[in-house]
Amino acid sequence: MKGVQFRNHRVVGDILELAARYCEEGADELVFYDITASPDDRTVDRSWVSNVARVLDIPFCVAGGIKTLADAEDVLNKGADKISINSPALANPSLITELAERFGSQCVVIGIDSREEDEDWLVYQYTGDPDKTTAAQRRTLDWVTEVQARGAGEIVLNCMNQDGVRRGYDCEQLVAVREVSDVPLIASGGAGAMRHFLEVFIESDVDGALAASVFHSAEIPIPDLKRYLIENGTELRT
Amino acid sequence: MTRVAIIDSGGANIASLLYAFERLDTEAVLTTDADVIKTAERVLLPGVGAARDAMQRLQDADLVDVIRNLQQPVLGICLGMQLLCEASEEEDVECLGIVPGVARKLDVAEGFAVPNMGWCETTIKGHHELLDGVADGSWFYYLHSYALPVSKYTLATARHSAEFTAIIGRDNFVAAQFHPERSSTAGAALLTNFLGQPA
Repeated sequence: MKGVQFRNHRVVGDILELAARYCEEGADELVFYDITASPDDRTVDRSWVSNVARVLDIPFCVAGGIKTLADAEDVLNKGADKISINSPALANPSLITELAERFGSQCVVIGIDSREEDEDWLVYQYTGDPDKTTAAQRRTLDWVTEVQARGAGEIVLNCMNQDGVRRGYDCEQLVAVREVSDVPLIASGGAGAMRHFLEVFIESDVDGALAASVFHSAEIPIPDLKRYLIENGTELRT
Repeated sequence: MTRVAIIDSGGANIASLLYAFERLDTEAVLTTDADVIKTAERVLLPGVGAARDAMQRLQDADLVDVIRNLQQPVLGICLGMQLLCEASEEEDVECLGIVPGVARKLDVAEGFAVPNMGWCETTIKGHHELLDGVADGSWFYYLHSYALPVSKYTLATARHSAEFTAIIGRDNFVAAQFHPERSSTAGAALLTNFLGQPA
């Protein structure tokens, strides 16, 4: 189990406090996600990356606003373990290859926002801003295949139909994506209850499950969740 | 005298290692200076990225023989572990040859993605000061596509599609395939042991 998203990186004090809390509670990995970065054509304020790296002794990934090799290098040099690219990869797919060749596939995560439409799954971009969100004119399964060929080391699939509704992960879509993924696959979007995590691990064979709001609100305490998953046969770090 | 010298083998992501020593209140410097490395109490050889680039960087800095001749405790981490071995299948690179073994690419298999990215339960196979107080079955954080097969120098193993070497040791050289600096309390215990090892 991994992951917590942050949206408002400006509240640095809060981020550090939350990061330390999640770390202590047993989160396996944190994702810091500036959802507004790409639509506003700006990059993340990076001073916080070093501060986070100082306090965390678990891996973390930075998502949002990384458009160039220099952006990526800056984030990694400040102590992030991975970078996650979404809209910039769609705009310039060769960026994935450049990042993988320079830093190694193991730190290149591709985030994909995907929505079910006409009995298929389609990729969306600039999802941080409802006014700018557009279809990327790509089938999700094609894009998943392409990003791996280009050197992606991990895929975070955010299932938009499920996002925010808390009815569980989109296991059907994740099963389809799992079938074409040789790299680690992380489920995102839809977690509302502990059983949703168990379902996605069992049904979709994902390598991780990411959630934000249920952890922020403390509706699902991480130690309780891990105990529940282990009791139900999931292999997890204790 | 420098307490810990971290050899700059290139690649990003050295900061997390520096911060790990900061959390342990231990002075550590990132360097390619042979004198600093030779005289440090402890030496770390980390590495992120490709084996060929890292070996080239060590050669360019004239560090190959310096590292081979170190007498103090040396810890290789991740790619640094592979650099300490004979060679890597990744682009057929000849490495330092300090610890026997050749790093091989992990196999993609049902249920096992490559790179191996995540926490793996780690089984202790041998005795070493580095592992004092580290429980058998501890979980460590891994991020790699290549690994060393199990050999008589293996101190701990983990499983991917096959069992591989998680920790290896020969004389004053030890190495971990995982990232202790990102492995929570188990990783911190291992680094603390490394600092306390008899020189």
